[in-house]
Amino acid sequence: MATIAAPVERRGLLARPVAPRGIWAWVTTVDAKQIGILYGATAFIFFLIGGTEALLMRTQLAVPNANVVGPGTFNALFTMHGTTMIFMVVMPLSAAFFNYIVPLQIGARDVAFPRLNAFSYWVFLSGGLLMHFGFLIQQVPDVGWFAYANLTENAFSQRGVDFWVVGLQVLGVGSLAAGFNFLVTIINLRAPGLTLMRMPLFTWTTFITSILIVLAFPVITIALVELMFDRLFGANFFNTANGGDPILWQHLFWVFGHPEVYILILPAMGIVSEIVPVFSRKPLFGYPFMVYAVASIAFLSFTVWAHHMFTTGLGPIAASFFAASTMLIAVPTGIKIFNWISTVYGGSVRLNTPHLFALGFIAMFTIGGLSGVMHASPPVDTQQQDTYFVVAHFHYVLFGGSVLALFGGIYYWFPKITGRFLGEGLGQLNFWLMMIGFNLTFGPMHFLGVDGMPRRIFTYPAEMGWGLWNLVSTIGAYAIGLSVLVFIANVSKSLRAGERAGSDPWDGRTLEWSISSPPPHYNFATIPVVHGRDAFWLEKYPELEGHAAAAPDERRDRTAAHDAGEAHGHIHVPDPSYWPIATAAGILVAGTGVLFAMPLLPVGLFVVLVGVVGWSMEPVNG
Amino acid sequence: MEHVAALPAQAHVGETSTGLNSRKVLMWAFLGSDCMLFGSLIGTYLVYRGNYPSGPKPSDVFDIPYTSVSAFALLMSSLAMVLALAAIQRGDIRRLKIWLLCVAGLGLVFIGGQVYEFTTFGSEGLNLTTATFGSSFFTLTGFHGTHVTFGIVWLLMLWMLAARGQMTQARSLDVEIAGLYWHFVDIVWIIIFTVVYLIPAI
Ligand code: HEM
Ligand SMILES: [Cu+2]
Repeated sequence: MATIAAPVERRGLLARPVAPRGIWAWVTTVDAKQIGILYGATAFIFFLIGGTEALLMRTQLAVPNANVVGPGTFNALFTMHGTTMIFMVVMPLSAAFFNYIVPLQIGARDVAFPRLNAFSYWVFLSGGLLMHFGFLIQQVPDVGWFAYANLTENAFSQRGVDFWVVGLQVLGVGSLAAGFNFLVTIINLRAPGLTLMRMPLFTWTTFITSILIVLAFPVITIALVELMFDRLFGANFFNTANGGDPILWQHLFWVFGHPEVYILILPAMGIVSEIVPVFSRKPLFGYPFMVYAVASIAFLSFTVWAHHMFTTGLGPIAASFFAASTMLIAVPTGIKIFNWISTVYGGSVRLNTPHLFALGFIAMFTIGGLSGVMHASPPVDTQQQDTYFVVAHFHYVLFGGSVLALFGGIYYWFPKITGRFLGEGLGQLNFWLMMIGFNLTFGPMHFLGVDGMPRRIFTYPAEMGWGLWNLVSTIGAYAIGLSVLVFIANVSKSLRAGERAGSDPWDGRTLEWSISSPPPHYNFATIPVVHGRDAFWLEKYPELEGHAAAAPDERRDRTAAHDAGEAHGHIHVPDPSYWPIATAAGILVAGTGVLFAMPLLPVGLFVVLVGVVGWSMEPVNG
Repeated sequence: MEHVAALPAQAHVGETSTGLNSRKVLMWAFLGSDCMLFGSLIGTYLVYRGNYPSGPKPSDVFDIPYTSVSAFALLMSSLAMVLALAAIQRGDIRRLKIWLLCVAGLGLVFIGGQVYEFTTFGSEGLNLTTATFGSSFFTLTGFHGTHVTFGIVWLLMLWMLAARGQMTQARSLDVEIAGLYWHFVDIVWIIIFTVVYLIPAI
């Protein structure tokens, strides 16, 4: 596969693995496409775990005074569910698409730092494992996904918090590494002619998301370090007995936390902005405004964090500022919604599964956005905080938003990744079951919240009159579960015997559709030259866009070069490497050491050191 | 970990979209990220610096002339770093080695000073567990010290490569990127020194 034109002197600690097979191919891969698949598969397993936790909670809440799980278990369930869905499902599923799609969209052979990319994945996996190690000793994190101080101090909590603290720090390292990588990749590896304002929207949202990751994760890292020092070494950051201020935790957490919600939603918006134009056969309406909207949302996201803290008593001036900045975000968000709708309007619309998910996203995200603007107002938020109204709000944006779009992305790009379609019939069933189940689950939570049902309670008395809507909600949750089973059936069926998809099954607009499905290892035999927005569309239909028809020649050249590339194997792609996984394993051991047996900590750090040295000495090619 | 990738020769040789080397862009991005890291630490310190109910107060423990000397050593190391880069860009590997050792040595002086300072403070009753002033002071300066230590290891690795004859003029970028990191860490210390030691003393 990876062939080298001139022999390279090998004098690293270990020779680079050459064309490994089977599991070793996955373990040592540095190919962004394979890493994307690893991210996607792992995130899906975590989705099943987080979903099971959700179903357990919904089962317990179905009727008043139920006895399925106790209060302690319920705390653990919502904590692990929230943390898992955010850091181990939506983020890595987005990262799966960053990895697979972005290099293809920008006409690159890989990311800027392929080994760092593999490292990101293995660190993510290690963080996910560390977070779940608490189950081994039945000390599961149970302080909520934002782990408010000072509940998290040793005096008020058990060991579960340690798993949360260590796991999240490690997950953060993986996210940061990926953030840096995609930032540099998009800045520096664009094909000739692919100027910033020609980049596909998904590449744009990946770019902006990477900036958010790079700027937001250091803040949570410091908050976690401070908490860890409190718990391990008796520091006082959040220990009120010695002057610690729990509100500081809230500030640090939400300075990170609000950008984080855009880290979760921007990639989804990017996916929708890819799907809608293709299935409406129209260019994205208001492209520049879409780009500016994404950029201004990202900027504003750093100015609104204290809207999570109105009830701490910020004072009228601060509360007014944060209310105003929060409402301001509705403007660029509204622009995006109108642009998507205008893209569909007047198009020749095809309602295939990907488009259904994208349209579902637009509707559901709008509902979630509207309830969000409601609690931008401090007096309103004071009523709604910690009620089921908030649970309804964030599920409309996170599930109705991010998850629907990510499913749309799977249906859309599955033919590119596997060369086969997902079944359209099962796809429609998947969509409608999920859509109906979702609204049954979370719609009624608005009513429950306004009716005063607090979030994070494990049961409620019958006299409250909350029984009916809770039962509806639980039925909806099982419908969502069923829709996920339909999805699994669809994928396994298609992988075995799905209908073959050509290189361009949807009549796509962007460069990933210009190469075979699945793409060759090296992506592009010759690097494409981009002449405008929607580069591949222009190439296919120059007459539609009023361009000179020079493109077909170029295309023929590219196909010819493809064969040549295949035949002579002169294309440089990076060799696989052992070091990313070895270095990440060191981090896993070090984290395990902190959690279970301190002597392992230096061992792990030593492995990291050896990994870093081996990595930097490894001969680099291609 | 980001530095890890910064060490080997660049994967994508030659042309990039911006004409800037990818490893250099990576380092700039990392430094931007690190600003947020130190911003959070300094913010925490500012919230907590006045809280020392029983333990020693800042003015009891801080020895500004002493810390000024070690700060000066770190500042001078940046000068040596500039000279190291100039040397490799000229292809003068002998001077490169000298200046790299100089930078690392001055960095070690700084770290030695910090270790001494930490132990002295400890014996005067200020440590990580003394109220929130102690917690935030040691975490902030400790994080900075860790950055410096990492930089020293990195510079010594470059020196080792130079000693083994593997650093040539063509690899001046390796030194330049290490230099970016080093100057940044240096600037951060100027801010910390001002905020933590100087301003309260006025
Ligand atoms: C499979 C469908 C889902 C169901 C049935 C579900 C249900 C629930 C329930 C019952 C709670 C606990 C509410 C409480 O007691 O306060 C909860 C909390 C939460 N969910 Fe979901 N959820 C689902 C999917 C998701 C997804 C996809 C995400 C994010 C992408 C998500 C993010 C969260 C968060 C952040 C919390 C808050 C956890 C906390 O209070 O610390 N959920 N969910
Ligand atoms: Cu927010």
